[in-house]
Amino acid sequence: MATGVAAWLPFARAAAIGWMPVANCPMPIAPRDNTKRQDELIILNVSGRRFQTWRTTLDRYPDTLLGSSEKDFFYNEDTKEYFFDRDPDAFRSILNFYRTGKLHYPRHECISAYDEELTFFGIIPEIIGDCCYEEYKDRKRENLERLQDDQEETKDMKLPNMSFRETMWRAFENPHTSTMALVFYYVTGFFIAISVITNVVETVPCGSTFNQKDMPCGERYTVAFFCIDTACVMIFTVEYLLRLFAAPSRYRFMRSVMSIIDVVAILPYYIGLVMTNNEDVSGAFVTLRVFRVFRIFKFSRHSQGLRILGYTLKSCASELGFLLFSLTMAIIIFATVMFYAEKGSSSSKFTSIPASFWYTIVTMTTLGYGDMVPKTIAGKIFGSICSLSGVLVIALPVPVIVSNFSRIYHQNQRADKRRAQKKARMARIRIAKSGSANAFLQSKRNGLLSELLELTGKDEEDQKSVSLLESQHHHLLHCLEKTTAHEFVDEQMYEQNFLETALQTFPSHSPSTASHDSPAVTCCSRKERRNTPLPSAGLPPSHPSSAHQSALHELSAIRIHCGDPLSHSTSRSNLNVKPDDSSRINSKSGRITTAIISLPSPPALSSDGDGLHGPLQRRSHPPSIQTTASSAGINIVKVSAL
Amino acid sequence: MGLVMGTFSVQTKPVTYHKDTADDDFEMTIVCHRPEGLDQLEAQTNFNKRELQVLYRGFKNECPSGVVNEDTFKQIYSQFFPHGDASTYAHYLFNAFDAGHTGSIKFEDFVTALSILLRGSVTEKLQWTFNLYDINRDGYINKEEMTDIVRAIYDMMGKYTYPVLKTDAPKQHVDAFFQKMDKNRDGVVTLDEFILSCQEDENIMRSLQLFENVI
Repeated sequence: MATGVAAWLPFARAAAIGWMPVANCPMPIAPRDNTKRQDELIILNVSGRRFQTWRTTLDRYPDTLLGSSEKDFFYNEDTKEYFFDRDPDAFRSILNFYRTGKLHYPRHECISAYDEELTFFGIIPEIIGDCCYEEYKDRKRENLERLQDDQEETKDMKLPNMSFRETMWRAFENPHTSTMALVFYYVTGFFIAISVITNVVETVPCGSTFNQKDMPCGERYTVAFFCIDTACVMIFTVEYLLRLFAAPSRYRFMRSVMSIIDVVAILPYYIGLVMTNNEDVSGAFVTLRVFRVFRIFKFSRHSQGLRILGYTLKSCASELGFLLFSLTMAIIIFATVMFYAEKGSSSSKFTSIPASFWYTIVTMTTLGYGDMVPKTIAGKIFGSICSLSGVLVIALPVPVIVSNFSRIYHQNQRADKRRAQKKARMARIRIAKSGSANAFLQSKRNGLLSELLELTGKDEEDQKSVSLLESQHHHLLHCLEKTTAHEFVDEQMYEQNFLETALQTFPSHSPSTASHDSPAVTCCSRKERRNTPLPSAGLPPSHPSSAHQSALHELSAIRIHCGDPLSHSTSRSNLNVKPDDSSRINSKSGRITTAIISLPSPPALSSDGDGLHGPLQRRSHPPSIQTTASSAGINIVKVSAL
Repeated sequence: MGLVMGTFSVQTKPVTYHKDTADDDFEMTIVCHRPEGLDQLEAQTNFNKRELQVLYRGFKNECPSGVVNEDTFKQIYSQFFPHGDASTYAHYLFNAFDAGHTGSIKFEDFVTALSILLRGSVTEKLQWTFNLYDINRDGYINKEEMTDIVRAIYDMMGKYTYPVLKTDAPKQHVDAFFQKMDKNRDGVVTLDEFILSCQEDENIMRSLQLFENVI
C-alpha cells in the first residue's frame, strides 16, 4: 500500500460504516493495536544538527534504516537521541522523503556522496521523484563513464606474463607502450602518406617532351611509381598479416572495420598483378585504382579525431537518415514544381524532372552554380522558395549531430586530461601511503630508543604521545612479526642485508659493499658507519641519510654523545650514527632546529580504494630538545629529521 | 582548431564510447541487509548493548549496505598491513567469518565470530581457529592447508624484512607446527589433537588472552 496515504486509513475505515446496513453476514474482528504508544517526538542528531520528527513519520517506511529497529544501534542512552555521524545537508533530503513521500536529489550534491548516504539509510535511489530523476540519472551516467575511463587506463598496464602474441597485439593497439611499437606506428603512417601522395601525383601532368603531348607523371615514370606502390603495398601486407597473427580473436578482427579497410587498400594491387592488361577488364582495372584512395582511411588508426568523427556519424545514424529523407522529399517536390513551372519557357534546361533534381539540390544547399536558372516568373518564385526552405531543412538535424560530436570529443579530452593528471595524483597518494608503513618502523625505533634510555637510567620526558588506535595497530604488526619471526624493515636496510647475505662480507666492510649498492642507498664516504645488526635488541642498523627520501619522515640519526658534544666517533654504545646531511644538529648547543614529523592518520575503519582518508596530522616537535646534562656527562640528543 | 591538432596526436588508444542503454538502469540492485534487533543480538552474543552499538557503527560505516563481500573485506583488511599483501589471508579469514558460506558477511556473522574470538571460552576460540585453518572443512588440517595459511601470513610481511625471507621459511614453520601438534604422527591434525596441544603450550594459552580488551 502506498504509505503516503497511510494517514488516511482511519478515515477509510470509519467510512466503512456505510456498508454495514447492506451487509448480510457479520464482519470480521478488527485487529487490535497493541502497541498503543503515544506518538512521540524523536530527536535525530546528525553531526550536531538536531532534527525532530514524529515516530510515526519514520515508521512509514519500515524497510529503511530510520524506519526499522536498525536505528537502535545508533541510540544514545545518555542524551536520549539518535546520533548519526553523517552529513547533515544530505540528511535533509532524506528526512523530507519520510515527511512527503518524495525523494529529491539536490543539484549541488556530489552524486557519489549522495548515493552513499542513500545506501547508508537504506533508501533505494529508484524512488527519486520524477522532478529530479533525470538529473540524477545523467549525473550518475557521467560519473560511471569517468570511472570506466579510469579503469580502462589500467588495462594499458603490462601483465606480468604475456605471451609474445599478446605483447605484439598490445604494441599494435597502444603504440605509446614501447619504442618498437612507436617506430612501427610512425613508419606505417609515413608509408600511408607516401602512398596517398603518389596516387595524387601520378595524375599530375608532368610536362611534355618535344614529340609527345602532356602526359601525367604516372605514365612517364611508370617504373618509379610502380616501385613505390609495391613497397607501400608490401608494408601494408606485412602489417596486416602481423595484426592478424597477433589478434586475440582472429575472426572478430577480420570483421572489424579497420581490417576491412586494410584489405580494401591492398587488394587492388594484387588483383592488378594477376589480371593482364586486357581490353575488357581495363575498365574494371581503372575502377580498382580508385579503391587505392581508401588507403587514406588507414590514417584513422593514427588519428583519434577521425575515429571520433566516424563514431559520431555512426551514432547519429538516425539524424542523418532523417536529414536524407527530408531532403529527398523536398527535392522531389521542388523539382516537380520547377519542371512544370518552366515547361512553358523555350530552351529551358529543365528537360525532365530528374534533370530538375540537379537544380533543386544546388539551390537547396545554397550552392547556386548557375548552370540551370529558371526564366519564367513562376519558376523564379518557386526557385526562391526552394532556396529558403533548403536552409531550414539542412539546418535542423545538423545541430544534433554537432552536439553529439562535441559530447564525445569532450569526453575524450577529459579522459586525456585525467590521464595526464593521474600520474601526479598517484605519486602523491603513494607518498601518503608509504607514510603509514613507515610509521610502524619509526615507532619501533622510538620504542627501542626509550628502552635504551631506560637502560641508561634516564627517563625521557619528551615522550611522544601516540594515539591509542595507532598503538593498537602497531601492537598488531608486532604480533605478526613475532609470529613469523621476521621483522619489518625499510627498503634501505633490506638492500643492505640482502647484499650482506649475498656477499657475506665482514660487517666492517659494509660501507664498501654499500657503495656498490643500487643508487637507492647513498653512502657518503666521510661518514663513518658501522653496520652491526643487533638481532637481540632488534634495532635496525642506522641507515645512510638518503637524499632521495620521498617519505614524510624518517628517523635518521640517533646520537649519543659522551662528554664532548663535538666528537662523533667516540661513542660508547654501539649505536654509531652519522649526522644528517644538512647537519641540522648544531652540536655545540646540543639543540636541534625544527623537526617535523608527520604521522599519517590511522587507517582503521575508514578505507576506500585510494587508501589514505584522513588528513595527515602534522606534529611539530618543540624546537629544542632538552639536553639533560647529567652527572654521567651524557648528552642525549634525539634527532628526528625529515 | 584543437581538433586538427588532436587528429594527429599519438593517442590511438581505442576508447569505447558508452551509449545510454536501458541496462544502465538495472545495473545495481542494491542489496541491503538489516541486522536483527539489538536485544536479540545481545542475547546471542557475549557483548552488551553499548559494545554492539560501537561495532555496528563501525561496520555500517564501511559497508553501508549492511553486507561485506570478499573484495571489500580484503580491502579493509589490507589497510592494516601496508607492507605486504594481505589478500590471501583475508580470503581465508573471510571464509571463516562467513559461517553460512553465503559469499557475504552480514553483521550477525561478524558479531558472532567476534564474540567467540574476544569473549569466548578457550575451547571455543581454539575451535574457531581450527576452522580457520581447515580450509576444505573436512575436519582435518593437513600439511598443504597449513602451508597455505602460513604462506599467506608470511605474505603479509612483505618483501622488506629482517632477516631476509627465505622461500622455504613457511615450510619450516609448518614442519615445526606439525611436530608440535600432530600427536599420533598420522600427517593430519584433528580438532582434539589441536586443542590438546594448544592447551599444553603456555605461550599459546597466554597469547589467546591477549585480545580480551580489544573492545
